[in-house]
Amino acid sequence: MMDWLQHLFGPAWTPIWTLVKIMIIVIPLMLSVAYLTYAERKIIGWMQVRIGPNRVGWQGLLQPIADAVKLLMKEIIIPSGANKGLFILGPILAIAPALAAWAVIPFTENWVLANIDAGLLYVMAITSMGVYGVIVAGWASNSKYAFLGAMRSAAQIVSYEIAMGFALVGVLMASQSLNLIDIVKGQEGGFWHWYFLPLFPLFMVYLIAGVAETNRAPFDVAEGESEIVAGFHVEYSGMAFAVFFLAEYANMILVSALTTLMFMGGWLSPLPFLPDGFVWWALKVAFVLFLFLWFRATFPRYRYDQIMRLGWKVFIPITIVWIVVVGAAMQTPYGRFFH
Amino acid sequence: MPNTGDEMTFTQFVFYFFSAILLFAGLRVITARNPVHAALYLVLAFFTAAGLWMTLEAEFLAITLVLVYVGAVMVLFLFVVMMLDINLDKLREGFWDYLPLALPVAILLMLEMAVVLGGRFFGLDKAATPAAHPAGYSNTKELGRLLYTQYVYPFEIAAVILLVAIVAAIALTMRKRKDTKYLDPARQIAVKRRDRVRLVKMPAEKRMETGSQKAGEPQP
Repeated sequence: MMDWLQHLFGPAWTPIWTLVKIMIIVIPLMLSVAYLTYAERKIIGWMQVRIGPNRVGWQGLLQPIADAVKLLMKEIIIPSGANKGLFILGPILAIAPALAAWAVIPFTENWVLANIDAGLLYVMAITSMGVYGVIVAGWASNSKYAFLGAMRSAAQIVSYEIAMGFALVGVLMASQSLNLIDIVKGQEGGFWHWYFLPLFPLFMVYLIAGVAETNRAPFDVAEGESEIVAGFHVEYSGMAFAVFFLAEYANMILVSALTTLMFMGGWLSPLPFLPDGFVWWALKVAFVLFLFLWFRATFPRYRYDQIMRLGWKVFIPITIVWIVVVGAAMQTPYGRFFH
Repeated sequence: MPNTGDEMTFTQFVFYFFSAILLFAGLRVITARNPVHAALYLVLAFFTAAGLWMTLEAEFLAITLVLVYVGAVMVLFLFVVMMLDINLDKLREGFWDYLPLALPVAILLMLEMAVVLGGRFFGLDKAATPAAHPAGYSNTKELGRLLYTQYVYPFEIAAVILLVAIVAAIALTMRKRKDTKYLDPARQIAVKRRDRVRLVKMPAEKRMETGSQKAGEPQP
């Protein structure tokens, strides 16, 4: 079958096959985004003793589809004072990195689109591009609320990226590799070998910085409905708004997947006698996503200066201290605890 | 790389593709009228430059360029450019006054570049084409090894100089205002209930019967 197809397409085979593989990743991702919004509304509903969506389909299961259709049909309004080119570029800049980063994410040992050696660095570089969508959108809207949201978001993301990067340096030291598959392989042998135990402070910092990076509550000052209405995407409507929405949720899933790969053993099973597989990966990602929703239902929004204080004065010192601890421990007989 | 006649290899195609974008973006950085557009074109220029380095198999440098310049430096740059109200027409007013000085500088720079790129000692044919590395070769690991063994002193000295620069920049710009009302979040969090509210227990008071007024009615 494969040989026959390869023969049929000739030199065009490689790009076509790559495109097919990309679709195999992107379509389930988009479906997960749709049902993540459903899960969010249901879970937060239950946490607040409400029912959540229950009108469209059985138990409201078709609600995300209805939302998507509604957003597709809506008109995209471009404000007359907006910078038109950049206004349209904004959502594209937001979603492109959120999807491009998935190229190096391994789902199991063999399921990965591009197994590159510098995978960790690639993910960091690509996710750091995501902030442009927010800034460009906020500026191009020519609205004070949008601009305030963009400024807040830019400062916040740049601050938390540093702590996030340092947390990943710890993972890099423990696994001695930048390749995401090798990082997971370094955690083999049951859940007590996963990096979240020896690197616990870095795990916490990464998880919280991940919430801040994706602009989720309690770090959602870029949107801040109660203060600056909806922040950077206040002027967007219809599908342009939906693209920001998609990017935010795709980023949430991405951060959860990275947390899973780097601290929770990826596709490895928690007990050595159970078989490894994709199902563990999916369960762990779902667990981290649940934490995201739980945070949103629990914590009030951070005040802006406290966000900055947490990022610069608490997280960065913690990560630096723990990197020194890991580095020192690796020179002693206790180094085996760290990898 | 072996060139098969007139046919352009894929790598060459990628090189020319990125080069064209890079040149266009670089040109737009200095010609765009809107400073925010110019800054965004600079972002594009950095990104395509990273793509070019990638074709040289310098993946660590390429990714670091994106991570540091695109992900952090240019974000802050845009931040500032967006906040400032820059009037480009005013900036361009002195163009003809500065031209006599700027033109020789520009020509000198062009000549230097020509010497470097086309000269006898630095020509492209003088530098050997870097050999392709085997699949398992890690650019990052090699770079790290060199930085921390052979070049450890220059590396550490550069780091200390940068640190001093950071401290100096902060020390120069920091000013303490005496009348700032500062909140200490650690103390805010440490507050207990008994610091704020005092629970007073007292016996219920006896009702005072005063002639005509009934109990419970508001006193005038």
